[in-house]
Amino acid sequence: MTMVLRVQIKKRLKAFRLDMEFEAGRECLGILGPSGCGKSMTLKSVAGIVTPDEGRIAVEGDGERVLFDSRKRVNLRPQKRQAGYVFQQYALFPNMTVEQNIMTGLKGAAGGRMTDRQSQAAVREWMERFRLTGLEGRYPSQLSGGQQQRTALARSLAGRPGILLLDEPFSAMDTFLREGLRMELKTVLKDYAGISVLVTHDRDEAYQLCSRLILMDEGKVLAAGGTREVFENPGTCRAARLTGCKNISRIERLGRRKICALDWGGLKLATACDVDRDVTAVGIRAHDFSPLSDDEASFWKGKDEANLIPVKEPVVSEMPFEWYVTLGCGLWWKTEKTIYAHDPGGIVPPWLRIAPEGILLLRG
Amino acid sequence: MDMDWSPFWISMTTAGASIGITFFLGLFCAWGVMSIRNEKIKIILDGILTLPLVLPPTVMGFFLLYIFGVKRPVGRWLAEYFGVRVVFSWGATVLAAVAMSFPLMYRSSRGALEQVDQDLADAARTLGMREWDIFWKILFANAVPGVAGGGVLAFARGLGEFGATAMIAGNIAGRTRTLPMAVYAEVAAGNMEKAWGYTAVIIGLGLMSMTLMNLAAARAGRKGK
Repeated sequence: MTMVLRVQIKKRLKAFRLDMEFEAGRECLGILGPSGCGKSMTLKSVAGIVTPDEGRIAVEGDGERVLFDSRKRVNLRPQKRQAGYVFQQYALFPNMTVEQNIMTGLKGAAGGRMTDRQSQAAVREWMERFRLTGLEGRYPSQLSGGQQQRTALARSLAGRPGILLLDEPFSAMDTFLREGLRMELKTVLKDYAGISVLVTHDRDEAYQLCSRLILMDEGKVLAAGGTREVFENPGTCRAARLTGCKNISRIERLGRRKICALDWGGLKLATACDVDRDVTAVGIRAHDFSPLSDDEASFWKGKDEANLIPVKEPVVSEMPFEWYVTLGCGLWWKTEKTIYAHDPGGIVPPWLRIAPEGILLLRG
Repeated sequence: MDMDWSPFWISMTTAGASIGITFFLGLFCAWGVMSIRNEKIKIILDGILTLPLVLPPTVMGFFLLYIFGVKRPVGRWLAEYFGVRVVFSWGATVLAAVAMSFPLMYRSSRGALEQVDQDLADAARTLGMREWDIFWKILFANAVPGVAGGGVLAFARGLGEFGATAMIAGNIAGRTRTLPMAVYAEVAAGNMEKAWGYTAVIIGLGLMSMTLMNLAAARAGRKGK
């Protein structure tokens, strides 16, 4: 049975108006946006912790379950929404052990319907599933970041919620822990049969964990769709920046598929798609350039889709696994390297080329 | 020197009964005010509940007398329907102690409860916990050191209460004469030695109860750390 969460809410906040409309289903929906853009507020509205000024939140599946409807004055308490919420800092109860924390999630949902023996067995099962066995008597402050996250997940899922809401689940964690735990969470989400929504400001996280994505800023949806499609074609400058596009320039339209990039020293580029009148800018991802020698460049010279960029005044900066190269015209180019490579000599080619498909057409 | 020990017992029972009442009254008022969303109402209510702390005790005693006096509506109602005369009874010493110690308990516990991470209560809500359980198992349980601190202050204030007690309970030997009252009475009568005796008792009592309560608070505060 397919379940769909439909959200349409408005709320006046201090700095802006939150105005969100989206749907989430069985596949994990990601909401990607900068800090303070209203992501958490949106998630909290779904959980019932925050009350929107107006709108409607409902779960459709086997019949419709309305969680919030300002017109019909429906506003279910968080206790009744069957929505698990994993908080940014996990919000584990510091006065309770791991076991008691998970028991809380179980008891809250089951009410008095479980005997002590049943619930203890269930808690043991959850602890096993989340590799917490042996930590029953520990307090949250005695756990590592990963163990805390697993406890929070187990606690939320123990009540078998229909919706799982994840609020920046990795922000409280050291970078080196994150990648491993993202893989872990991916497995958990795959096994979870309900609706899941994950809020984050980290594009890697969103890309890896969510098959559907909403880009959000200042309380509004900038772009929405399949995660890959949104990254491939963000549509607007702000959305492109959120997906990590390093190079964005205003343009002058020269022809049906020809533009002049005003911020890159008047570079003339051919595009793969028609440039409509409302296209005001283009973006190029820093990884998408190909380095060319003079010989290779001569092959392209004179061709329509040449898109050759002479490399002038390059500044090279070393990262562990990448070279960052900035050009005099303002373009960024990133190219992979091994950890052992430290000599930038020979890195910088005389030419860079961008394929017409690599040029994102942006509006607004 | 043979000392009358009744002030000691009256003080003990008064302080004991009053902290029993003040503790829960202050705690629940703190919870209540904390849960009010309207900021203006919150500030006004907070002012009223803290008033006894800033008013001179005699003024508080005067108010209490005005409310509970036998000729007054509340006092008369209590006297007629329950046959209880509050003023100048042991009950009045408790009433005075509760009125004067209440703001300390209220303010300390409100501060302590508000210090508890709001996410914890919200997390408990999404997990289906009832509000009453959230109060005890989450808010209170994580605010114990601060709340206990408020209890210590309130107990100390109740034990030393003088002004409001004098107004509403009087200084009746064997009935409403608490230790502070006894010290006052003995000094007034020129019995310095007896006054010293009561003073010694009150110092001992104060030190002992503070130590016990601090130990209890420290033990409660260690849990889960």
